[in-house]
Amino acid sequence: MTEIAFVEKRIAGWGNYPLVDARLARVERYAELAEWAHRPCLARGLGRAYGDAAISLQGHTLLTTRLNRFLSFDPASGLLCAEAGVSLDDILRVVMPQGWFLPVTPGTRYVTLGGAIASDVHGKNHHHVGSFSAFVKSIVLFTVHGPLRCSAEENAACFWATVGGMGMTGLIGEVELQLKPIQSADMSVSHVPAANLTEIMALMRDPAQDDEYTVAWIDCLAQGEALGRSVLVRGHHIDGSLGPAPGAAALSMPVNLPGFCLNSHSVRAFNSLYYRWQSRKTAPHRVAIAPFFYPLDGIRDWPKLYGKGGFVQYQFVLPEDSAEAGIREVLARISEGGNASFLAVLKRFGAQGEGLLSFPMPGFTLALDIPLRAGTLTLLDTLDTIILAHGGRVYLAKDARMSASTLQQMYPRLGEWQSIRHQLDPHGLYVSALGQRLEMC
Amino acid sequence: MTQILIVGATSAMARGAAFAWAAQGHRLLLAGRDMNELARLASDIQVRFQTRAEVIECDLDHNADRPAWVANLEAEYGQVDGVLLAAGWMPDSESMRRGDDAIAVIQRNYTGPVALLNAFADVFEQRELGFIVGIASVAGDRGRQSNYPYGAAKAGFATYLAGLRNRLFHAGVSVLTVKPGFVDTRMTFGLPGLFLVADPMQVGEVIVQAQRRGRNEIYVPGFWRLILLIIRHVPEFVFKRLKL
Repeated sequence: MTEIAFVEKRIAGWGNYPLVDARLARVERYAELAEWAHRPCLARGLGRAYGDAAISLQGHTLLTTRLNRFLSFDPASGLLCAEAGVSLDDILRVVMPQGWFLPVTPGTRYVTLGGAIASDVHGKNHHHVGSFSAFVKSIVLFTVHGPLRCSAEENAACFWATVGGMGMTGLIGEVELQLKPIQSADMSVSHVPAANLTEIMALMRDPAQDDEYTVAWIDCLAQGEALGRSVLVRGHHIDGSLGPAPGAAALSMPVNLPGFCLNSHSVRAFNSLYYRWQSRKTAPHRVAIAPFFYPLDGIRDWPKLYGKGGFVQYQFVLPEDSAEAGIREVLARISEGGNASFLAVLKRFGAQGEGLLSFPMPGFTLALDIPLRAGTLTLLDTLDTIILAHGGRVYLAKDARMSASTLQQMYPRLGEWQSIRHQLDPHGLYVSALGQRLEMC
Repeated sequence: MTQILIVGATSAMARGAAFAWAAQGHRLLLAGRDMNELARLASDIQVRFQTRAEVIECDLDHNADRPAWVANLEAEYGQVDGVLLAAGWMPDSESMRRGDDAIAVIQRNYTGPVALLNAFADVFEQRELGFIVGIASVAGDRGRQSNYPYGAAKAGFATYLAGLRNRLFHAGVSVLTVKPGFVDTRMTFGLPGLFLVADPMQVGEVIVQAQRRGRNEIYVPGFWRLILLIIRHVPEFVFKRLKL
């Protein structure tokens, strides 16, 4: 490869903010990864990180989706080996008919293995099994030092810096992943309504109410007594017949929705209806895997719901002790600002993993979609202060606007990560726009 | 079940065709120069479709005794029932005009493919069984200053395929000429002035469908037939003045 073919393009993350001028290149053959590792570049998979995590400002933003080859799969043990550009959707297509599933899955199946590791994604079962990295048996990481196999046992420091390392430790080439057996393509799901925040958090802590997967949907606009009004959604895999993997999206958002469609009144009305509708489904019922795990994958380009201005996702975690007070403060702040949020999702996190910059810590995590308008960024700065005061942290995969000093206070192992990163990338080649903004490198 | 040889199997369009054939349960022989990359493609097909795929070294720069190569191939892997010739090469427009690259363009897009297909044509004709698919290009429909050496080689290849189709028709062997427009591959990535760029996986699927239906010549995506119809009919005294 003598010269580099690239496209100059204005790109953004999934939230369509911020828009950045980038030089897009694409890796077409596996052997090219070793060459790319000597240039300023940053891997970009399916672009589902919400902010500026998968964009390089100083070099090429390297598309990895052509390196999406499966290398091996053992249907007896569920051990899968594939290139990092393979998507979770690809994996489900191959493994679900053979009785296997992802041990941890985020809310979209359109992410690559490399992206899932770089963000150390979590699922609705974090409180039981931890995050994605807990099932990654090994990776091959390309740096200026050549390809390096890393795992919890081998080159462990590099492994735990790469897991959650937002792509800034090198280029992930291959991944070995342990899958989880399932008996069918269906889930048994039941809902429990909760009148307010205290109730929902008590429900989520109660072992009798627990399930393999749990998540709560919160009506962000409910105020006063009803603050934190929510529906707990519980589910587990059940016996039955194995089916094919979920199909492609049936609906799509072809155009950006005009801004005026989404205001506090329309969202309030939607949330009220949704709450009443979902609260009724208290009896266990059968739900297919796709709508349970990937409700938004059913609508292609759903961020266009938020219009041309884009939106920001704000996801934070708070430790057990301070979670309720912190979330109460955050919800009150959002509610009084009248900032419409369609989607607010509350999850419980279990034990913290070894990833130096991994997001999860024991406690509760809340994820909010907030359309970007005048005042939104100021609001989020205020929320940062609340999160910091309660000992929590913000999820980097969804961040588009945080400050460097906030990051330093939220991630206590940042210094350790930086020193390992410096060994892996002494010339500062693999730095994302997010990394520059947050002065991480 | 049939066994299909794909030459130039590391091309993105070839991968699309390989997926479509593998999904129908056909056995594949993936041929090319980059053995490491071919091995990855083969394991990918095995995992995705639970069907065998073998890797074969084949360099169209070296075509000594292709009939023997074909005989050896069949001796080792069994009868080949169809061939997709997807190999091709296009350097940048400056370097393809001169020196070694100008010769290599003809070698890799015309001479090499012809040497290989000649050998298969004899075998298939005698056997009265088999099919051939060749990837030509819309660039071969009219010479343009930006890529005429490549276009000329592809035009030669297309004419060769047309003649071969005529010859092998009488033996019941089908020959399909594929003329892709802009496809999102390694060859086109980053080139300026591209529009309506097609997904190579879909193009591969279209090729497999067209072969099964016994088509003779297809443009993919189909609207390129219309574009080329217009381009071919622009009078030369106008065309030569254009910057294409």
